[in-house]
Amino acid sequence: MKTFPMGGVHPSENKLSCGKPVEVLPLPETVMIPLAQHIGAPAVAKVAKGDKVLTGQLIAEAGSFMSANIHSPVSGTVAAVDMQPNGQGLRQMMITIKREGDEWAEGIDRSETLVKECSLSAEQIIAKIKDAGIVGMGGATFPTHVKLSVPPGKKADALIINGVECEPYLTSDHRTMLEHGEELLVGVSILMKAIGVDRAFIGIENNKPDAIAHLSKLVKEYHGVEVVPLKVRYPQGGEKQLIAAVTGRQVPPPPALPIDVGAVVCNASTTLAVYYAVQKNKPLIERVVTITGKSVKEPKNLLTRMGTPIQSLIDAAGGLPADAGKVINGGPMMGRAMVNLASPVTKGCSGITVLSGRDAVRRDASQCIKCAKCVAACPMGLEPYYLSKMTQKKNWDELEAQMITSCIECGCCQSTCPSYLPLLDWIRLGKQSVMGIIRQRAAAAAPKK
Amino acid sequence: MEVLLYTILTLCVLGVLSAVILYFVAQKFRVEEDPRIDQVEKMLPGANCGGCGFAGCRGMADALVKNDDISALFCPVGGGDCMKSIAAYLGKAAAEKEPQTATVRCGGTCEKRSRTNEYNGARSCAVASSLYVGETGCSFGCLGFGDCVTVCAFDAIHINPATGLPEVDPEKCTACGACVKACPKAIIELRKKWPKDRAVYVSCVSKDKGAVVMKACKAGCIGCGKCEKVCQFGAITVENNLAYIDPQKCKLCRKCVNECPTGAIKLVNMEPLPKEPKAPAEKAAPAAPAAGKAAKAE
Repeated sequence: MKTFPMGGVHPSENKLSCGKPVEVLPLPETVMIPLAQHIGAPAVAKVAKGDKVLTGQLIAEAGSFMSANIHSPVSGTVAAVDMQPNGQGLRQMMITIKREGDEWAEGIDRSETLVKECSLSAEQIIAKIKDAGIVGMGGATFPTHVKLSVPPGKKADALIINGVECEPYLTSDHRTMLEHGEELLVGVSILMKAIGVDRAFIGIENNKPDAIAHLSKLVKEYHGVEVVPLKVRYPQGGEKQLIAAVTGRQVPPPPALPIDVGAVVCNASTTLAVYYAVQKNKPLIERVVTITGKSVKEPKNLLTRMGTPIQSLIDAAGGLPADAGKVINGGPMMGRAMVNLASPVTKGCSGITVLSGRDAVRRDASQCIKCAKCVAACPMGLEPYYLSKMTQKKNWDELEAQMITSCIECGCCQSTCPSYLPLLDWIRLGKQSVMGIIRQRAAAAAPKK
Repeated sequence: MEVLLYTILTLCVLGVLSAVILYFVAQKFRVEEDPRIDQVEKMLPGANCGGCGFAGCRGMADALVKNDDISALFCPVGGGDCMKSIAAYLGKAAAEKEPQTATVRCGGTCEKRSRTNEYNGARSCAVASSLYVGETGCSFGCLGFGDCVTVCAFDAIHINPATGLPEVDPEKCTACGACVKACPKAIIELRKKWPKDRAVYVSCVSKDKGAVVMKACKAGCIGCGKCEKVCQFGAITVENNLAYIDPQKCKLCRKCVNECPTGAIKLVNMEPLPKEPKAPAEKAAPAAPAAGKAAKAE
């Protein structure tokens, strides 16, 4: 069975909600839409307080090429455009909309009928995806139209659909693949056309045999598309790991991108969003969110409008358990702990994990015993103990030389450390600082040219 | 005997030859360095704290000797006297700066600012602030993990376990500014050092609206502007819901301290003014309209 070449861990899978069909969450009374819910420049608000908006109407426009449009997930009145605390309690620009019914904007096809034919050209497809504000829904929220716009001089030769979902607990991609396999495959063929390739691989971890079987059956109708079962190993769903597992190619260190080895990777939910955007004119205003946790009463998968308060998802799953210690936006490996449950669901929110009791608390850190388990676990071939130490010493030059910018922040090092050292906490800080220095240097060098 | 003689002779010749070669090499690669740099370095405090902007005292000494205009260079540790003596030695005009001291502008003690969550990641303010808002509801306040303490080369700043906030020892503080740079929340400010370490300052940096501040912390500045109105010297400005006392304009009259409804204005080493001054009429008169204005503003 295929897998990536080095490092990785195998945390307990805990896919509690994998057998639960997607339910539709009742529409929230108010939604809050952050203007920055993607990598790149924040979107620019196109509405002001008091404006009436329809579901699917453009409310914020991409701030630059590396940005994404945002559409209203409900119809109603804009109550405010101001700074509101996000899940981490940090203030962010958000549009608050008070819902009044659910009246959709014109031109959006809401029927369930499958539309297979797509006569649009590659440019038209990418333009439609850009208009719909689609970003990577696996969590990285990289604008999809940027990914699909292959830079001149480079050529893509394979499309890889990321159905790995290696993060423990989360099952939103799994359910999407099971319940919308047909639509997903149409999405795949649209993406293949957009980047001009004739081969596509759907990578799925082997702990989802039903999804593998389902898609393998459907895929026979589609020429050039292949389902690739992958070994269960975290972070199999990391972009670079997935490319290595499926094609055997190694993406060089940054600033190289997957396109440099001819691959374009797209998440399964994103691919479905592409189908809806291109074939049904439906912008990205809802997504499947897994709400899960060992002591959550009913772990489930909910089709949720963007901007819905996370509290209402937890309520739908039976409320916050009494022993809840930590609520995480995302999964336990890469998700971010939240302090504000009134914060909204965003485009990159694939799940809400509630950890309780001992799982929620990190144990006290002791000394590094130089066991090098973190080195063995790092899927990028870095030396986490060293990077962490150098960050504490603020040795930015050394960190840059040691390729800290290659770190994908998967957390394998931290999860494997027998001394419970907060390795990733430090490495993340080091990576941010080094990337800041690199940006500054680039900015200083630019005007001289 | 002959062997011994030849050995000694060969060694001597070799030694002389090497000396000659070394002499010429030394002449060729000699680095001309101003001897004054060594002198100036000796005159500097030798703390190598980086407060001047150079990596160490040697770098500062080098710059002091080489630059014609040294008014932009200042050693906060040595202070005005040190700079004066160096300037006199070099025959240049020294920068004059009044002594300063680091001031921690957060009053959110454990008691005044309740915890809303528990952080158990890496014990570092820089890490915590890159992750989230902090253990309390205030997104501007002190995180209390002591990055300022770690970075201080003079043992002048410590976390008080009772309040959870850093406290500066004005005796030891040299105003090198290391803590100012280390604080990710930009809470620490270098302020004018008054005699007897007196001080009046707004002990809050929250730019949140009053209602948000009140919810998160009982000692925060709510931007009501009462202090701005009562100040006779125009030292206080309220911007973005936050009052700031200009240390250059403040005369330590302490009127603002009594006006502040939340106690965000801190008074150090000074007795507060009596709450309701039973003063003669001419003193009470200017106070009354000021209070009236404040009431209207609310």
